[in-house]
Amino acid sequence: MEVIYALWLRQIRRYYRSGSRILGTLGQPILLLLALGYGIGAIYKRAGQGDYLQFLVPGIITQTVLLSGIFWGIIVLMDKRFGFLSELLVTPVSRTRILLGSALGGATISIMQGLIVFIISLVLGFRPHDWLLVAPAFGVLVAVCLALACFGAGIASMVDDFQGFQGINNLLVMPMFFLSSALYPLNSVPTFLRIISTWNPVSYMVDALRYLLSNQTHFGLQRDFLVIAVTLVVSMAFAINRFNRIQM
Amino acid sequence: MAQSIITAKDVVKRFGDITAVDGISFDVKKGEIFAFLGPNGAGKSTTIKMLTTMLRPTAGSLSLAGHDVTREQSAARQAFGIVFQDPSLDEELSAYENMDLHAILYAVPKEERPQRIKALLELVELWNRKDSMIKTFSGGMRRRLEIARGLLHEPKILFLDEPTLGLDTQTRNLMWDYVRKLSDEKGMTIFFTTHYLDEAEDVAQRIAIIDRGKIVASGTTAELCKQTGTKTLEQAYLKLTGETTRDEADSGDNNGLNFKMALRNTRLR
Repeated sequence: MEVIYALWLRQIRRYYRSGSRILGTLGQPILLLLALGYGIGAIYKRAGQGDYLQFLVPGIITQTVLLSGIFWGIIVLMDKRFGFLSELLVTPVSRTRILLGSALGGATISIMQGLIVFIISLVLGFRPHDWLLVAPAFGVLVAVCLALACFGAGIASMVDDFQGFQGINNLLVMPMFFLSSALYPLNSVPTFLRIISTWNPVSYMVDALRYLLSNQTHFGLQRDFLVIAVTLVVSMAFAINRFNRIQM
Repeated sequence: MAQSIITAKDVVKRFGDITAVDGISFDVKKGEIFAFLGPNGAGKSTTIKMLTTMLRPTAGSLSLAGHDVTREQSAARQAFGIVFQDPSLDEELSAYENMDLHAILYAVPKEERPQRIKALLELVELWNRKDSMIKTFSGGMRRRLEIARGLLHEPKILFLDEPTLGLDTQTRNLMWDYVRKLSDEKGMTIFFTTHYLDEAEDVAQRIAIIDRGKIVASGTTAELCKQTGTKTLEQAYLKLTGETTRDEADSGDNNGLNFKMALRNTRLR
């Protein structure tokens, strides 16, 4: 238990000591909130769909934790490239515990990033539908963040260089965000887009948050929870499997 | 005769169709200082990586303090400390935090941690820098901290993989003084790799010369000279390993990552 705590603490320390990392992963969501929230918001309203910001914020929070989770995966890659991983891998601690402690740290960082974006969106005019549901919303976010951190760590275990990781970011993360329900309501998009989004677990993460924060849903909370739970289990298994195979 | 603490039997490591380590056997006695001497890409680091459970041998068996490294990984890991060839500190943590994390990972009893860390940091003369981030440390300071860290859980065996690479003469001498002291006072077994002849000759009690994945000779300096009919270790070494330089990527490399690159290149061809 102490080992897991120590590995968690290591991630947290690294996070608050690195100002550029905090800013780097926050810049994009703020930009999206401003450009889309205000830019598209006016047209959205004219189309009779209501307040776009209310719709958008859960999507942007999810995007923040998605980016943060994958970004955290890069840290695993940095450990691999800059040697600290060798130190971890020759200790008597099992790799599963190493992964678990580190991923919990990664998830905590994501939660904090999500929380910051939530506060910024409050400043920009977002209002949760019911304040009592904000806590459960962040509870769901914990599971989401852990799933994404594991996913990032699993991917990072498989690639050897930053270029490779960049490619995965472009080919996997960006589509996962843009082809989800984060930016547009799924009931008014062309069928092919709806089908893709329905197969994308990120859509369900957004949908659960949107239900709890803005009282809007496409799939229903039960289905959202189910998909999130399955995603969490699958990405943990994936991360453990990949992490165990690392040979230095 | 003292008992063996490290044994390797017919160990082979292949990466694809490149054979990095080709059937080596050796044993190191308890309390001995043992050197693995060889040119770049001879298989020194690959052997250390297998001994320290980072790589699985393709064939053969290795044991540390009586524990098989593939079957009793965790017990074997508790038995050794290692100073890696490449830096392996967390740059964004302080010296003390790096030490503390290591102590936790090796389950050093909580009440002993502060004294042990202080004693070791004083030994390597870094106590006054304990709260500085590693990224502000010079190469020599990092190496010293890595040695201190490797000793924190009081291992029976200390592995040093090219420990003096990039160090100045003062730091090198200082480091070898510590190592000798550890061996004398604590009876710790030291296993190091190097391609500096003088280090092997001065520090090690026994030397194994490795080339192209095979041990070509082993023994004390005197024995090696006798075997080859030469006067100095340098002559013996050159006679055994030849005068030509090596192409690292072809003959195997000291870095697993580069190995993968080499493998990738051969596949592309």
